Amino acid sequence: MAIVEMKKLSVCALKTNRKGILETLQKLGVMEVTTAFAGDAGLEKMDTAEARSSFLKLADTLEHASRAIDACVPVKKGLLASLEGPDVVDRTQYDEYLKKKDSIAGEAAAILRAEKEIGEARGTILKDRARIEMLTPWLPLDVPMTFAGTDKTAAFIGTVNTAVDDASLYAAASANLEGESRVSADVIFSGVDQSGICVLCLKRDADTVSENLRRLGFARPAQIESKVPADGIRQAEEAIRTEEARIEKLTASIAEKASLKESFLILIDYYRTRAEKYRLLGTIPQSDKAFFLEGWVPASRAEDVSRLLTERYDAVVETETPGEDEVPPTLLHNNGFSRAVEPVVESYSLPTEGHVDPTVIMSFFYVIFFGMMLSDAGYGILMFAACAILLKKFPRMPAGTKGMLKLFFWGGLSTAFWGFMYGSFFGDVIDVAAKTFFGYTGGPILKPLWFAPLDNPMQLLMWCLLFGLIHLLTGLAIKGYEYIRRHDFVGFVSDVVSWFCLIIGLVLILLPTNLFASIAGMTIVFPSWLSLIAKGLTVIGLVVILLMSGRDKKNWGLRIALGAYDIYGVTSWLSDVLSYSRLLALGMATGVIASVVNMMASMFGGGVLGAILFTLIFLLGHTLNIGINALGAYVHTNRLQYVEFFGKFYDGGGKAFEPFRTANKYVEIKEDTTL
Amino acid sequence: MSMGMFFALLGAALAVGLAGAGSAMGVGIAGQAAAGVVAEEPGQFAKVLILQLLPGTQGIYGLLVAFITLSQVGVLGGNPVSDTATGLMYFAACMPIAVAGLISAIYQGKTSVASIGIVAKRPDQFGKAMLFPAMVETYAILSLLVSILALINIG
Repeated sequence: MAIVEMKKLSVCALKTNRKGILETLQKLGVMEVTTAFAGDAGLEKMDTAEARSSFLKLADTLEHASRAIDACVPVKKGLLASLEGPDVVDRTQYDEYLKKKDSIAGEAAAILRAEKEIGEARGTILKDRARIEMLTPWLPLDVPMTFAGTDKTAAFIGTVNTAVDDASLYAAASANLEGESRVSADVIFSGVDQSGICVLCLKRDADTVSENLRRLGFARPAQIESKVPADGIRQAEEAIRTEEARIEKLTASIAEKASLKESFLILIDYYRTRAEKYRLLGTIPQSDKAFFLEGWVPASRAEDVSRLLTERYDAVVETETPGEDEVPPTLLHNNGFSRAVEPVVESYSLPTEGHVDPTVIMSFFYVIFFGMMLSDAGYGILMFAACAILLKKFPRMPAGTKGMLKLFFWGGLSTAFWGFMYGSFFGDVIDVAAKTFFGYTGGPILKPLWFAPLDNPMQLLMWCLLFGLIHLLTGLAIKGYEYIRRHDFVGFVSDVVSWFCLIIGLVLILLPTNLFASIAGMTIVFPSWLSLIAKGLTVIGLVVILLMSGRDKKNWGLRIALGAYDIYGVTSWLSDVLSYSRLLALGMATGVIASVVNMMASMFGGGVLGAILFTLIFLLGHTLNIGINALGAYVHTNRLQYVEFFGKFYDGGGKAFEPFRTANKYVEIKEDTTL
Repeated sequence: MSMGMFFALLGAALAVGLAGAGSAMGVGIAGQAAAGVVAEEPGQFAKVLILQLLPGTQGIYGLLVAFITLSQVGVLGGNPVSDTATGLMYFAACMPIAVAGLISAIYQGKTSVASIGIVAKRPDQFGKAMLFPAMVETYAILSLLVSILALINIG
């Protein structure tokens, strides 16, 4: 159980079998290859970077093409589509696609070309739109904007940066002209900070007029436009129509190929898998005739893998148990229930070989604490029913989602349990509904199996702290177990037994005091021998910690000082235990908010309208409450495990087992033969 | 007429008002960071949303305390407060969640922003990222507890 034992496999085989062996290993997906290349004489690594990148490029092309198809033919996806998991293809159909892989890749390239053309057409349309926008104000002009004049005349077409009208433009343009002058000034459009003008004058006056216009801030148009504005606009509109027709045609041509998408997805997986194989191939040392492989295989599969490689491919396979200085990768294997919390352990840190996998022990506490924090029978039933239905309906959903749903499945069950213990079913909805609609006037209908938190919060607080103490001491016990497994009995006594003595002793001393009696509202009287034992345990614990905590120090003064410092650690135990008060606080939060919702819902009284409003508020309010409190319960259960529980014993630091395997993201291949 | 009722209501108002204001600020700044991440990587939506919501609980705790107060001082049930001293006791009982709720929600929001940064760079570290804001919340929970215990023991 727990951490899967790993064996180290060393394989040496002929190069002629290289392809077969690698493909078999990849299909099996049970070996993490970690070949160390020592650079021995006669051994070389193959450069596979080029082949690998060409496969990845093909995969990218196909991926782009399938996305282009999605853009042209929108796929209707349900809310739960992400749970469906990869499609299943059987082996014969898969091979069928592989045979046609070159032509399929060609189709993908064609789709990409079409997509690129669409992009270009869109760019052209944008440009034409900009041209129309630029020309529209110039529409009244009946000569091209580049018109510079005739034989005798000079034309100034452009913008000035003030508002002008025909008269003021004429006055400004014809200033300082001597003798008989002929200037024609037209304002094409006029705006606050920009006006379009067309000024015509005799060639001999051109310099003066130009100088006059410069004072107005005259500038020729930035874009060169050789057509008469009206014609230019017409031309641009025509061009847009052409491009739009082209886009339509291209889109249709891509849509026609929508049926190819499945084959694209299959080939994407195929090429990624091959790229992965080539990546591995680039890391293994090879001689002229042979190649070498080393890696980790779960001990239970080592025998099978070794036999398969020996019999089918004449390989030489050596199986070793990991040496002292080697750290094998971590793979967890737990019972179906505890597996649900594996992701929680993983997201903290995986355990390393030779240490305890906390998953199983943690799973029980996890589910219990989650239930105590959410603690509503209605919410719990909803949650575990929803998870059960989803798990049943989508058996091939992604592993991460599945883990999450399983966690909430068990959490929901526990929530329902604690809900009945506390007597909370959607808060107090049964009572509220009975009073509002059926005129019920008695006491609570759904009685708590244990007691309602609001009736006696102090007592529940004590229980929560007790659960916390058990949780923490369990963590300490695991630490002790690890000491014993390492045969470090001195460490076991001085770091674990001593703390057990101290903590239990202190708790036993605290229980009969007035302080506890006033907090918990109950008086506990111990017989004198028990008080004596309590004091004895405390003293033994204190002495052992004081003397043994710094046992690796030679200097006795330093050693005692370290011991004294460790005794100070008792304050951290206090804060750790108090931290479990969140079990009470969050549990009460759910219940009280649920009652607030019910109370608001019942404000409109009985009758049909009241019932409708009741239902609406009930649905909305409880959806909100379940969401926010499930989030709170999840986060704070994690915290209790990570900070309080793991803090007592857990180091983690393991590296996940990442076997060499197929990179199938979109499709799952149904094999007709099992290896 | 005594000021008892006024002080009790003032306590309830501050509990829900201050804690709610803190949550609004916390959720607000975390939401801005979350929106930035989603703009780049829409796939991280669920994770950053969870991180954004973490500072939202203080507002709920405030509501909780306000509700318990109201249901004990005759607004939503219970007996009206008749003397100033009792009213001041209710007021005092509401203070822990009002003050710690306000401040912890703001700082939790800032921590959430940093954690959203973790998720943006390393989505696989979500478990750890979630823990940092949860640490801040501890103190809101402790004040909630004291507020509730005090309220129940007055009534």
